[in-house]
Amino acid sequence: MSENEINSKRFTKTSLVLKKEFNEKLAKGIFFSMTLAMIVPLLLIVSFLIYKAWPSLSFSFIFDMPKNGMKEGGIWPAFLGTLYLVIISLIIAAPVGVMAAIYLNEYAKDNWLTRTINLAVINLAGVPSIVHALFGLGAFVLFAGMGTSVIAASLTLAVMTLPVIIASTKEALSAVPMTFRQASWNMGVSRWQTIQRIVLPNSISGILTGIILQVSRAAGETAPIMFTGAVVFVPIAGDEVLAYGLMDKCMALAMHLYTISTQIPNVPESLQFAIAVALLGVVLLVNALSIGLRVYLRTHRKW
Amino acid sequence: MLHRSKGKALREALIEWLIRICGISAVIFVFAIFFFVFWEGKGLIFNNKVNINTASIEAITKVEGIDESLASKIVSTRSEIKLEKRLTTEWLLKEELLDEDTFVLIEPFIKAKEFSFWKFLTTQEWYPASESNPRYGVFALIAGTFSVTLLSMLISVPFGLGSALFISEFCSPKLKETLKIIIELLAAIPSVVWGFIGLTIMNQLIMSIFGAQIGINVLNGAIILALMSVPIIVSIGEDALQAVPDSYREAAIGLGVTRWQMVYKVLIPAAKNGLLAAVLLGIGRAIGETMAVLMATGHAVNNPFDGDFPFLHALESVKTLTATIAAELGETARGSDHYQVLFIVGILLFSITFLVNLTADLVVKGIKNK
Repeated sequence: MSENEINSKRFTKTSLVLKKEFNEKLAKGIFFSMTLAMIVPLLLIVSFLIYKAWPSLSFSFIFDMPKNGMKEGGIWPAFLGTLYLVIISLIIAAPVGVMAAIYLNEYAKDNWLTRTINLAVINLAGVPSIVHALFGLGAFVLFAGMGTSVIAASLTLAVMTLPVIIASTKEALSAVPMTFRQASWNMGVSRWQTIQRIVLPNSISGILTGIILQVSRAAGETAPIMFTGAVVFVPIAGDEVLAYGLMDKCMALAMHLYTISTQIPNVPESLQFAIAVALLGVVLLVNALSIGLRVYLRTHRKW
Repeated sequence: MLHRSKGKALREALIEWLIRICGISAVIFVFAIFFFVFWEGKGLIFNNKVNINTASIEAITKVEGIDESLASKIVSTRSEIKLEKRLTTEWLLKEELLDEDTFVLIEPFIKAKEFSFWKFLTTQEWYPASESNPRYGVFALIAGTFSVTLLSMLISVPFGLGSALFISEFCSPKLKETLKIIIELLAAIPSVVWGFIGLTIMNQLIMSIFGAQIGINVLNGAIILALMSVPIIVSIGEDALQAVPDSYREAAIGLGVTRWQMVYKVLIPAAKNGLLAAVLLGIGRAIGETMAVLMATGHAVNNPFDGDFPFLHALESVKTLTATIAAELGETARGSDHYQVLFIVGILLFSITFLVNLTADLVVKGIKNK
């Protein structure tokens, strides 16, 4: 064999290399198409929903009252009800969740109690939503005597969304470098003052993203509020913002979609789709806000 | 020397106690959930009161020493207080319709109606609203939950893990960010919207593609559930792959392998516990999902499994454990047997998901200890 031949052979791919390169391309292609298979239906479904809902969608759709046995008109009472449930559950869940996360990240030692708490958080996140509904009914509606009311439903939602806040706050707190705390402690500052002045201000935006996530979760839930506070229809005055009291029953967007699409016959199709799009829009907007905040934070991190 | 005021120190101590209490709140809530759900359902298991229904009255009339007038008296009393739905022996004794001797005579007939947990789990007959002979067998409901979960996992596990691999190992950083955001949005879609999609869009699709008479069935629910649990599998699976140290990757690439060989021979074995945990959490989500399966699986108490090929009949409608509670709780009176049995179904669901989550947690701990 001449030297030329050897040299030209040295850089040609052997059949083994060809095979592994082929496998590489095949694997990449398969995984890529699997990812596409997950995303494309989502986009198709969302655009189909919007297409179907188009005739009923308008700005006034949100602010109008339902008419003619909910077969026409808007979704104002349901929208307002969801707003109530989300805000009240947020007021309850946010302090408890943030403080629980502070405990887990700043105070807890690595012992059996901490392990139990972490396990409980994981399990609380995994409890089926309908079991939360049963709990809310047993504990808040019946045992605490609140009846089916805004407050009972909000408490149920608060318990359900607590793990979301705990998990994301813990993440935000642990992102604050340990050296910040050590510097503060070395100045003779107490533990709580360190948390108050150093840890919280440096993680507040991370905590906020978690809280926004809780909002999106609470807005979309149906099962936990079905038996604890949300009902099919509540007549309220259209121009009142404080229409529901704490002990009143209320309507909710998610519950409204369920009722309209399964319990009431002959509702025009576009109205059903419009409610679905409204709910989807609220939840995805809130989520996009949370994601946007997180991306902003990552690019503007101080340390 | 600077002194902190006593008031400030006290306030600080108070705040720290509050933080400790909030810290254990999750534990308190998990126990409270178990306690209250069990409390509402316990009557059926522990109460010695037993129902006297039409069937047992018929049996009672055939007992020697009981005259027909007593039987008809029981029947008429029963129809009078129908609203309560619960004519109990205790009540009969109190109203002096029965004396102790007759009670001993009829006892064997009414005792047979007592709630048996074994029967509850293993029988298929779910007729909770039946006047004469209510039966509470959740086996078909468990089969319903199992069938939908199984089929959805057959779809979502390969797709979820495949996407996790693609996002973690095969794509550019920019594409990775975009895909992760899309998956987060996919996870955020409310379950009632998924249910609505199943009820309207998937329903039509399944009817036209498979020629099924009803489009809301096991397949419909499984596809919806697969789309819902894929984001969990992807995000946790991706975390598991990211947790594999980069030195593993560098060592593999240093040997001249392709990415696929590295994934196949190094990453998957190294991350297998995390990937398993991702699958388990996906299963947990699928079992516990309520609104989507309530709207998409078609509401028929039915066991879709049988011995004939293909063993799982995906085009049949089923009813799951979660959907049963959601659909029936609103129609029951508090304290009635039907109401209590739904809470026992709740305890069953709670236990199943608790076990699944616990297993997932132990599997993850397994990696950390290594």
